[in-house]
Amino acid sequence: MANVELHKVVKTYDNTPAVRGVDLHIDDKEFIVLVGPSGCGKSTTLRMIAGLEEITDGEIMIGGDVVNDVPPKDRDIAMVFQNYALYPHMTVFENMSFGLRLKRFPKAEIKRRVDEAARILDITDLLERKPKQLSGGQRQRVAMGRAIVRDPKVFLFDEPLSNLDAKLRVQMRTEIKKVHQKVRTTTVYVTHDQVEAMTLADRVVVMNNGLIEQVGEPNDLYHAPATKFVAGFIGSPAMNFVPCRLEKAGGGGLSVRLTDKIAFTVPAERTRRYEPFVGRGRLTFGLRPEHVTDARGALEKDQQKLDVTLTVTEPMGMETLVYFAIDGTELCGRVSPNAGARDGGPMTLAAHLGDMHLIDEDTGKVV
Amino acid sequence: MQRKSTIAFFMALPLIALIATLVLYPAGYAIHLATLNKSMERFVGLGNFFFLFKRETFWMVVQQSCIFAITAVIFKALIGFVVAHFVHNIPARGQRKWRGMLLVPWVIPPAMSCLAWLWLFDPSYSAFNWILALFGIEPVPWTGHTGWARFSVILVNIWIGAPFFMIMYLAALKSVPEQLYEAAAIDGASWWQRIWYVTLPMMRNIIAITALFSLIVTFANFDIVRVLTAGGPIDTTHIFGTWSFRVGIEGYDIPLGAAVSLFMVPILAVAAVFILRDITRRGNES
Repeated sequence: MANVELHKVVKTYDNTPAVRGVDLHIDDKEFIVLVGPSGCGKSTTLRMIAGLEEITDGEIMIGGDVVNDVPPKDRDIAMVFQNYALYPHMTVFENMSFGLRLKRFPKAEIKRRVDEAARILDITDLLERKPKQLSGGQRQRVAMGRAIVRDPKVFLFDEPLSNLDAKLRVQMRTEIKKVHQKVRTTTVYVTHDQVEAMTLADRVVVMNNGLIEQVGEPNDLYHAPATKFVAGFIGSPAMNFVPCRLEKAGGGGLSVRLTDKIAFTVPAERTRRYEPFVGRGRLTFGLRPEHVTDARGALEKDQQKLDVTLTVTEPMGMETLVYFAIDGTELCGRVSPNAGARDGGPMTLAAHLGDMHLIDEDTGKVV
Repeated sequence: MQRKSTIAFFMALPLIALIATLVLYPAGYAIHLATLNKSMERFVGLGNFFFLFKRETFWMVVQQSCIFAITAVIFKALIGFVVAHFVHNIPARGQRKWRGMLLVPWVIPPAMSCLAWLWLFDPSYSAFNWILALFGIEPVPWTGHTGWARFSVILVNIWIGAPFFMIMYLAALKSVPEQLYEAAAIDGASWWQRIWYVTLPMMRNIIAITALFSLIVTFANFDIVRVLTAGGPIDTTHIFGTWSFRVGIEGYDIPLGAAVSLFMVPILAVAAVFILRDITRRGNES
C-alpha cells in the first residue's frame, strides 16, 4: 500500500517528446485510470512508474521514496500486460508463484498466497494447466493472479482488456473492480477505452499529446470538462461542436448564435460567466448528443426548439441516434425510439441549453 | 477415394523418385558394399563388421569421433549462445554489420579456411607460435602431437560452426516476446535468472534441433580433419569420415570403408530419437 507521486515527469525518445511534464498525485488505495488516444503518453507514463522506461527528467515517488533509479524488481510493483505476458512453459501455479519463488518465500506461504489469489479470481481448477490451454479471459485472470500474489505496493495495468472480445471485456471489467474492492491496492490503469476509464476509476486522468488535460472523478469529467479535448474525448457519441458567436440579447441576457437563422438564449445563470466573450471570434458551442432530444410536449426551462432535417438515423433499441447538419457541421442527437425519426425526414428537437459548453478556441479551454 | 490417392501418389512421384535416387539407392548400395570382400567379388555377410570390432584403430576412431563431435557441439552451442546475446543487444542499425561479419567463418568453404588455419598452425613459421615466442613460450606442435592435434581440429570446427548456432539462436532470441522479460524484471528476476527462466526455456526447441543437426554434420565431418591433419599423427585424429576414406579409397578396401561409414547410422539414430522425442513432448504440452 502506497501513494504514488509524479513530479514534472518527462520522457523523450531521440528528441521526440512522449511525455512532456506530468504532475500527478495518486493516493493510497486509489484506482487511477490514465486514458487518452494512441500516442498520448499514457503507456509511457505507466512504464516509467514500473521502471521499464528511464525517466528523462522529473521525479517519481512510490510510498514516499524517489524511485527514479530503482530497478523494477525493487519497486515493489506488479504489472498486468496487454498480452498477459504469461510464461508459456510454466503452469498457472508456476506463473503465479514465480515472483515469490525468486524472492525465496517458504513453500507453504507461496501455496497459501497462490490458493488465496486463485480463489479470489475463481481459477483454482486451472492451477496445473499451461497458458496455452486457457481461454483469453482465463489468461487475463492468471495475469491478475500473478500480480495479486505478490501483494505489491502498486498494481499497474497496461490496457489489460484490449485483447478480449466485447462481452468478456465487460465481464472482466467488473472482475477487476471487484478485485480492487477486495485487495484495495493502489492501482494505475491505462486504457484508450473511455468506458473502461469511467466505470473503473476513482479518478480519471485524461492525457493528450504527452500532457495531462484534466484529472477528475468520472462524473466531473463528463459534466465539467476543462478543455475541448476532454469534452470531445469523454462521452459516446462525442460532444457536438459548432462554431458560434455570443451576442447581447434583450433584457440583459445573452444569446449564442450558431448560424444566421439559429440562435439560442444562454441560461440566465451563465450570463455573467460568458459576458466577457461577447463579440469575440473563435468560440465553439458544445452540446452532448444526450442533450439534444426530441421535443415532446411543452419544453422545460432552458430547453429550446430546433427544427432540422435528419440525414441519418441509427436505431439502437432503447434510443435512436439522429444525425443532422447545421451549416455543414454534422451533429448528433438522441431521441426516443417512438419519436418518429426517419432518414431524410424533418424533426423538431429540443436543445438542453442548461448543459451547454462554451469553448474558447484560442486557449482550447471550456469557459 | 481410390482415385484420389492414386493422383496423390503420382503427384508425389517426382519427390519419391528423387529420394529413391539420392537417398535410398546410395544407402542400399553402401550396405551392399559393406557385405562384400576386399576385391568386391564375394559376399561375406557381416564379416567386415566383425573384422572392424577386432581392430584397435576402429575403437579409437569411435572414441575420437565422439569426443570430436560432442566437444565441438557443446562449445559451438555455448559460444553461439553468448555471441547471439551480444549481437541481439547491439542497436538495430549496427546489428546487420556485425551479423554479417560473424557469419564469415561459416560462409567460407571449409577446405579453404582450413588451409589458412594450416598456416596458422605451422610449427616453424606460424603466427600462433610467433606470438607465443614473444612471451617466451616454447612453440606448440599444433598438429604434430596427438593432444594438440585433437585440440586443433576441434578448435577449427568450432570456429567454422559457431556462427550457424549464433544465427539460429539470434532468430530464436528475437522471437521471445519482450514483455516476458519485462514481466520477469518486475517479478524480480536478475539478468541471469531471466536467461535461465525465460530465454532458455523459450529457446529449448531451437537449441535441441540445432544441436542435433550440428551433431550429425560434425560427426560426419571430413574436410577439416583431412586438410589439417589427414588423420595424423598416427591416425589419432581420424573420425569416421576420414578413416573411412583412408581405408576405403586410399587403402583400396571399399567394402571396409563402407562398413566404417555405416557405423555412424546407429549412433546418430539414438541421439536423434532422444532429442526429437523431447521436442515432440514439449511441443504437445506448451
